[in-house]
Amino acid sequence: MNSRTEQVTQNSLGGLQTRDLIIKGLMFLGVIGVIILSAYVMTIPDTPKIILGLFAIVAGIGGIWGIFYSLNGIAESMPSRWHDKLLPWVFVSPAVLFLGFYIVYPTISTILDSFFVYTLSTGGWAGFTFDNYSKLFTDPKLLTALRNNAFWLLTVPVFSVSLGLILAVMMDRIPWEKQAKALIFMPMAISFVGASVIWRFVYFYSTYGEQIGLLNAIVTFFGGAPQGWLVIEPWNNFFLITIMVWLQTGFAVVVLSAAVKSVPVSLLEAAKLDGASEIKIFFSIIIPVVGGTILTVTTTMITLVLKIFDIIFVMTSGQYNTDVIANMMYSQMFKVGNFGYASAIAVLIFVGVIPILIYNIRSLDQRSLS
Amino acid sequence: MNKIESRVGASTTQRSLMTSKIVINLIVLGVVILWSIPTFSLLVSSFRGANAIRSSGWWTVFGSLFEAGQWTLDNYVFVITNDKMGLAFLNSLLVTLPATVIPITIAAFASYGIAWMNFRGRKLIFVFIVGMLVVPLQMALIPLFKQYTSLGINGTFLGIWMAHTGFGLPLATYLLFGFISGLPRDIIEAARIDGATPMTTFVVLILPLTGAAIAAFAVFQFLWVWNDLLVALIFLGTREDVALVTTRLSEMVGSRGQDWHVLTAGAFISMTIPLVVFFSLQRFFVRGIVAGSVKG
Repeated sequence: MNSRTEQVTQNSLGGLQTRDLIIKGLMFLGVIGVIILSAYVMTIPDTPKIILGLFAIVAGIGGIWGIFYSLNGIAESMPSRWHDKLLPWVFVSPAVLFLGFYIVYPTISTILDSFFVYTLSTGGWAGFTFDNYSKLFTDPKLLTALRNNAFWLLTVPVFSVSLGLILAVMMDRIPWEKQAKALIFMPMAISFVGASVIWRFVYFYSTYGEQIGLLNAIVTFFGGAPQGWLVIEPWNNFFLITIMVWLQTGFAVVVLSAAVKSVPVSLLEAAKLDGASEIKIFFSIIIPVVGGTILTVTTTMITLVLKIFDIIFVMTSGQYNTDVIANMMYSQMFKVGNFGYASAIAVLIFVGVIPILIYNIRSLDQRSLS
Repeated sequence: MNKIESRVGASTTQRSLMTSKIVINLIVLGVVILWSIPTFSLLVSSFRGANAIRSSGWWTVFGSLFEAGQWTLDNYVFVITNDKMGLAFLNSLLVTLPATVIPITIAAFASYGIAWMNFRGRKLIFVFIVGMLVVPLQMALIPLFKQYTSLGINGTFLGIWMAHTGFGLPLATYLLFGFISGLPRDIIEAARIDGATPMTTFVVLILPLTGAAIAAFAVFQFLWVWNDLLVALIFLGTREDVALVTTRLSEMVGSRGQDWHVLTAGAFISMTIPLVVFFSLQRFFVRGIVAGSVKG
């Protein structure tokens, strides 16, 4: 008797589970349907902005939660043996799919493309070749871009970090530290495009009338002749680099300031009692203590500068020998349509960050996943 | 004698300490002013008439600061309507909001799964994610552009949301994993014993507990997408009806490079949201930027 009731309950439970599974499955299909429909609506030209905005919220934000909820529902209505195996993938697989399609696949594909003749006129892969790579060493335009990237790589970290460190130490001793830091950090909020417009105005050269650009106004005030700063080679590179230093120093100040504050006060006081000068304290106590942080900030800036694009694109489009590799890659891709060569340039940038990639993965092992 | 000497010594060190304090304050003040002048000059100029900007430097306004006649909003009205900066602003919002929420959602789910669930391959997935942190964007552009063209989603908002989601995910997952895996094991175990499913645990327990980390990353991702030019140029293009503030502004530099009355106002419109975020959410902003600086 007893065992029979148990069986009945189990059976009806099984039935309930199947029904549940079907409902959850339909929910999932429904969510996918809504997303595809919204995606379709958004590709229709001239959709009013209000409708677009509405779909943006429904499809984009609601859709993603809908997918997670319905997939979770499906997994939870499975028999427990299955559901323990499936549930983690409900949480992880959307990320895995996105990363696969947006990073892993393109990275492999770009490496392959770089070994093929691939231009707009060939319209597809046409023949294996090393030409794209040999061009990296012979194309005079690319060599100039490489030289300019070297300028950027050497100057941006050096100026931003040393200025940042000096400011961090000085700001540690003023009562309005917070406000000072905020004002130096503020350019970090501004886009490279916005910053470029700001600095174009500073560098502006009026061909007639009064100089309205600040730099030329200062030069003429002291009796000098106004200059077209962005066309004087090779110094124009350094006027562009100034923009980056202006943007990035705040970052260096904020990160280094935290490190400077971690220098033990007792150490500083002992040094002072021994009669060490400020300069001596700076070089023999502060710099060794914050050394690790200096390295971090420097690597961050190196990765950033390797990919520097917007400033050159807006300020000079790479003219007057100011081109850099990331802008070369863009113009080979979008203006010339030589996908093979553009891919090789992308690989060149990638090779530049590989040491950092390896370092990141190596340092991961130390605090391994348990 | 000895006493007097030592007192004199003390007062000179004190005096030199005072002078060095003043010198430091002045140097920092000088740098801060120098740093602010470029932005300030843009702001001032954007409120001056077209002719005034062209014929005299922005610093001349200090001679006649309170002459109301020299200030105008015309540049803003003009750039919003004629140069379509208003539309671009709306488009930027439409792109940026989903492109912030979607990657954070996906990353939060994934990092919870990797941190607190047991399955084969979780370690490998995490190592891959850390490796992807610094892969430059340039590596992804050409294949995705080709795929987007064949899928017909080039130049659509959907396409650019997904692109920003893909590119933002490694960093988002990496950072959120750091916080979520650091939560005490006890509370998660307790929730499980109380019969909470992983989904309930995630929504009710994990998300609220990691709120601050999520907010910091949200600020970073929001500003990254808002300020981005390259992804927008490639996947959305410069057509006026879909152009964002950055693409619009860079087009304006090309077509009206000398018209400072529109360029200054346009640039300032593109900067309003980032500056508001900066001044109102400074704590999250700084934390987000510092944490996000490793993005590839």
